[in-house]
Order: sequence, then C-alpha cells, then structure tokens
Amino acid sequence: MTKRLCIHGMGIHGMAVACLLAAVAVPASAADTITVASWGGTYQEAQTKAFFDPTAKELGITIKQDTTNGLDDVRLQVTGNAVKWDITELGADECARGSKEGLFEKLDYNVIDKSGINPKLVHDDWVGISYTSVVLIYRTDVFGDKGPKTWADFWNVEKFPGRRALSGSQATETLSVAALAKGIPIDKVYPVDIDGALQSVDKIRGHIDAWWTSGAQAMQLVKDGEVDMASIWNGRAGTLKKEGAPVSFSFDQGVLTADCMVIPKGSKNKDIAMKVLARFVSPDLQANLPLYVDNGPANEKAFETGKIPPERIKDINSAPENVKKQVLQDPEFWRDTLVEATEKFNNLIQQ
Amino acid sequence: MSLASASLSHAGRPDGALNADALRADARRESRGLLALLSPGLLLVFAVIIVPIGWLFWLSLFDEAGQLSAANYARFFEQASYIKTFVTTFKVAFVVTGACVLLGYPLAYMLSQLPRRAAGVCLIFVILPFWTSVLVRTYAWLVILQRKGLVNTWLIDLGVIGQPLPLANNFAGVVIGMTHIMLPFLVLPLYASMKSIDTDCLRAGMNLGASPAATFRQIFLPLSLPGLASGVVIVFVLCLGFFVTPALMGGGKVIMWAMRMEQTTSLYSNWGAGAALGVVLLGVTLALLGLFQWLLGARATGVWSQR
Repeated sequence: MTKRLCIHGMGIHGMAVACLLAAVAVPASAADTITVASWGGTYQEAQTKAFFDPTAKELGITIKQDTTNGLDDVRLQVTGNAVKWDITELGADECARGSKEGLFEKLDYNVIDKSGINPKLVHDDWVGISYTSVVLIYRTDVFGDKGPKTWADFWNVEKFPGRRALSGSQATETLSVAALAKGIPIDKVYPVDIDGALQSVDKIRGHIDAWWTSGAQAMQLVKDGEVDMASIWNGRAGTLKKEGAPVSFSFDQGVLTADCMVIPKGSKNKDIAMKVLARFVSPDLQANLPLYVDNGPANEKAFETGKIPPERIKDINSAPENVKKQVLQDPEFWRDTLVEATEKFNNLIQQ
Repeated sequence: MSLASASLSHAGRPDGALNADALRADARRESRGLLALLSPGLLLVFAVIIVPIGWLFWLSLFDEAGQLSAANYARFFEQASYIKTFVTTFKVAFVVTGACVLLGYPLAYMLSQLPRRAAGVCLIFVILPFWTSVLVRTYAWLVILQRKGLVNTWLIDLGVIGQPLPLANNFAGVVIGMTHIMLPFLVLPLYASMKSIDTDCLRAGMNLGASPAATFRQIFLPLSLPGLASGVVIVFVLCLGFFVTPALMGGGKVIMWAMRMEQTTSLYSNWGAGAALGVVLLGVTLALLGLFQWLLGARATGVWSQR
C-alpha cells in the first residue's frame, strides 16, 4: 500500500522525503500509537477520512482521536505536565498565542514540506492545516436575490431592513467585517484599525438581534428565520444550502481564517507526530479534505493534484480564485492585540 | 442516643461530681468517635473542595507574567462589561427565583393538599423534566419561543398579535428557560416542608374562629417559610452559575458570569484571570447564603416567639 502510494506520489515535490520516512518508519512502528485532537463533529469526520486514516495506513501506525476546546486545553496539558495529545488542531490566532507562551514543540521542516502553504501560516512551532471563511449569508425568501452582498450593505439598515446576527464570541472576525463595512479594501484591512472597527461595530450594534457564540447557533438563527442576514462560517452556510434552506452567500468580502496544527510541548511521540503532520499537510492528503467538507486545504498545491473535481474547486474557499476575493486574517496581528480588542469589543456590545 | 445510654450506665453512682466528670469524659469520647467516623468525609471534602478552592484563590493573585498582582481583580473595574455581566447574573437569578416562587408555591400547596396517591402522581410530573438533559430542554424552548416558533405562530394565526413577540434571544427567553429548569428545585423542598405542617394547628385556628384566609396567612404561610427559604436559596445559588440556558436563549445579549468565566479562561494565558471570576462569585454567593441564613434565623425565631 505504502509503496504504491509512494510511486504514485513521486512526481510531487517533497513526497519523496515523506515516502522515505514512511518506509523507515514501517518496520519498527507497527505498535506505534499517537493521539490527534481536533474540533469533533463533521469536520473531524472529514479529517478522519482525508488525513487520519490514509496516514495511519501508510505509516503503519494507529491514530487515536480526541476532541479539543482550543488553546486552554493545550495550556492545561502542557503547564500541568500531562500531555496526552501528540498533535492538536487550533485556530491560527490560538497557535500564534500559544507559540508566544511556549506551549508547542518546534517543527522540523526537513520532515515537513512547507511548499504550497502560505508563509503567514508556516512558523517554527505551528503550521496551517485548513481554512474557514466568515461569509455574509442572507435569506432569499426575504430579499430574493437582491440581498446584502457586501458588509457595507449589511451595515445599511435603511436599504436592507431586517434582523441581523453577528458573532459575539469571535471578536477578531466581527472586527474584520466591521472594517470591511467602513469601505476599507480587502488588502488594507490588516493591520486592523481596532478603534475604527469598534466605531463601525458601534453603528450597527443597536440593529443586531443576536450575537452568536457558536457555529451551530449561527446556523440555527438563519435556518429558523430568527434573523434575515448574518455572518456565518462557510461550512455552516454550505450545510444550510444543502439542506435546502432559502439562503444565499458568496466568498466576496469573506474573511479567511486558518486553522493550524501543533505538537504540544512534552509529546512523547514527537518524532512520529512530525512524520504524521508532514503527511497531513502534503498536497495529496490536503486535496482529500474538500471532498468531504467545505473547509479548504491550507496547501494550495492540493489544487494541482487533480484529485478535486473542477466544479468542486469553485466552491472551495481557499481555491486561488476565491482567495482573491477575501481578507486573510493575520494570526500574528491578533496574537498581540486579541486581549485588548476582545475586552473593548465586549464592553461595546454589552452596553 | 448513645449519650443517653452513657448517662444510664453511670446512673447508679451516688457522687454527683464524679458522675458529671464521667459524663464529660463520655461526651469527649463520643465526639472523638464521631470525629473518627466523619474523618473520611472530612478528608474528602478537604482534598476535593477546600484545597482546589484555596488553589484557585492563590492562582487568582498572579498576572499573565506570573507576578503577584491584583490585575485579575482590577479588571472588573477597568472593563465595564464585567460589572454589567455581574449585574445581569444577579438580575437573572432574582427574576428566575421570583418566578419560581410565584409558580412553585401554589403548586407545592396544591400538591400538599391532594390525597397521597394523587400527589404522588403529580410529583412524578414535577420530577419528570429532571430526566431530560438541560440542553435538550433549552433547545425545545427555543423551538417553542422563537419568532417563527409555536407560540408566535399560533398567536399570529389566531389574530391575537400582529408582530411576533420577542420571547427568545433575549432576557425573557433566558428567564423562561431557566424557570422551567429550576422549578422542581423549589417545589420539592417546599412540598416536603408543607407536608410536615401539623394540620391540627390549622384546625385549631379554624376552631377559634379564623377564616380560611386568616388561617393560611397566620399559620400555614409562616410554617411553610423555612421550606420556601431553602428552596429559594437552592434556586438562587444554582441560577448564579448557569451556563447552557443563557448561552442558548440569550442570543448573546444576556451574558452571565459563568459564560464570562469560560471566555476569560480562554482569552488570557494565566489561569488567574478566570480564577478571579470564580473567587468573586464564590465570595458573593457565600455572603448571600450568610445573609439568607441570618434572615431565616431571625424569621424562625420570630415564628417561635409568636407561638
């Protein structure tokens, strides 16, 4: 199995290294087991099919799974000297913050091939794994096809009367769309002028009927017609559409937020984890992800593998065509500003 | 019980002083024995409650750089949203407790007046919701109360209202959802205390010419107050720590203390930031419990002296 895949993948730069390592790992590692944690739900099921199962088979190891709540789980394990995960997924700004706190093992880019991954998502101790987009969704039974298309439209309560929801828990995302609502072009949003963005939030907050705190909640608000327009994660928006809800959304003025993977400091299977991570970010496995879920691959070479059908590519948020329409959220910007910005944001929306 | 048997065993001694000494020694032995019996429980409480809370308090004194500081507490005054959250938490707890009393007292009273068998059946209905998860019940309320939910659809179809009532994703939604979950916690202790009221007292009152209303007001109500008070305390304290229902029913506009704790814990890199919130809530809750206790004590003595 391993051999066949390797020959198949030889043409792709970097695959040779991974194959070599796989070949070395196989004889000694039949009993090797590592634990990978992610967000659970349909996303983790997709990752299981796209990343975990193929990697386990190739390297001849067992990949056990767990679910995470985010950075505080990693912090708890690392500072408590009880690391039970060898790899875990996080949001990119969490990776940037955890890196500053020294919670992760250094990554070995001789093992992990970083080509094809946006340099903003390649760091000493964390690497990008997938993308989620924050998009504007509206109900077509209310607006037809003439709904709000831009964040400036969303902010325009006279032209687009209706009930609205924004994220109350993800201050970074709401501040990014608030900046876009002011008319700031997508390539000028970062670094975010936080006070300016807060002023923008201040203008709309009286018209917000719900500040959602989870993806499921955002979906429910739109699905049940509790709101007519909302900011929402593209995966949730895609699910609504598939379920036949009368909604419309596009990647125009979306906010691309990356997820990343890390090896928590003190992992007992660091070396195997490194090889596993190398496989997860490799173009051929990255190309599997959009076959199962709407989260786009972090490695743009995935689009060159030919695995993703062309008609599917246009629906993927990280496809080069779609990336151009969106703002890439800068994790390192939020690493340094998140706490202050979130507190100010909370003060504002809870007034 | 055993004290009584101890005094019996010394009953034959003629010397009063010796007897008293022996009694005291017995009492000491008795309390040592009791302490020994209690010790596993006490140790457990110490290890799993006192130590972690002490640790929590300790952690709350350190800032993000690991330095001893009051930064975690200063934040409550620097950032307006914390005070707002704190006030909201108590507002919700007060309103929900009030709603539970208004709904629960008549219910418990009715249950206490029913024949035993009928009361048993009705009690099952009170306890039944306990067997369904809070999450499921909260979602059910969302389905019922939202703009296109059952209540609004029916009322609009019947022509009672023109616009949907804002019943979910706001304060009202949180209160409705939480009252439903909290009601049994009030009804059960109240029912138990009402059942233990001596009906002869009521009959005696009537016999002496009191009207039913006066009997209720002057005898039944005061005698049921201790049960009501314990129900109120349980409901109020549980409300203070609520998370799921306000998170789902509040539409992000009703932020309670527990929700803020969760957010603060993941926002700051030191545990102290979240720990300080826990310490404050614990402190205020204990203070309130003390106040309740004091009021209840005064009330109970009042009832006693009236007798």
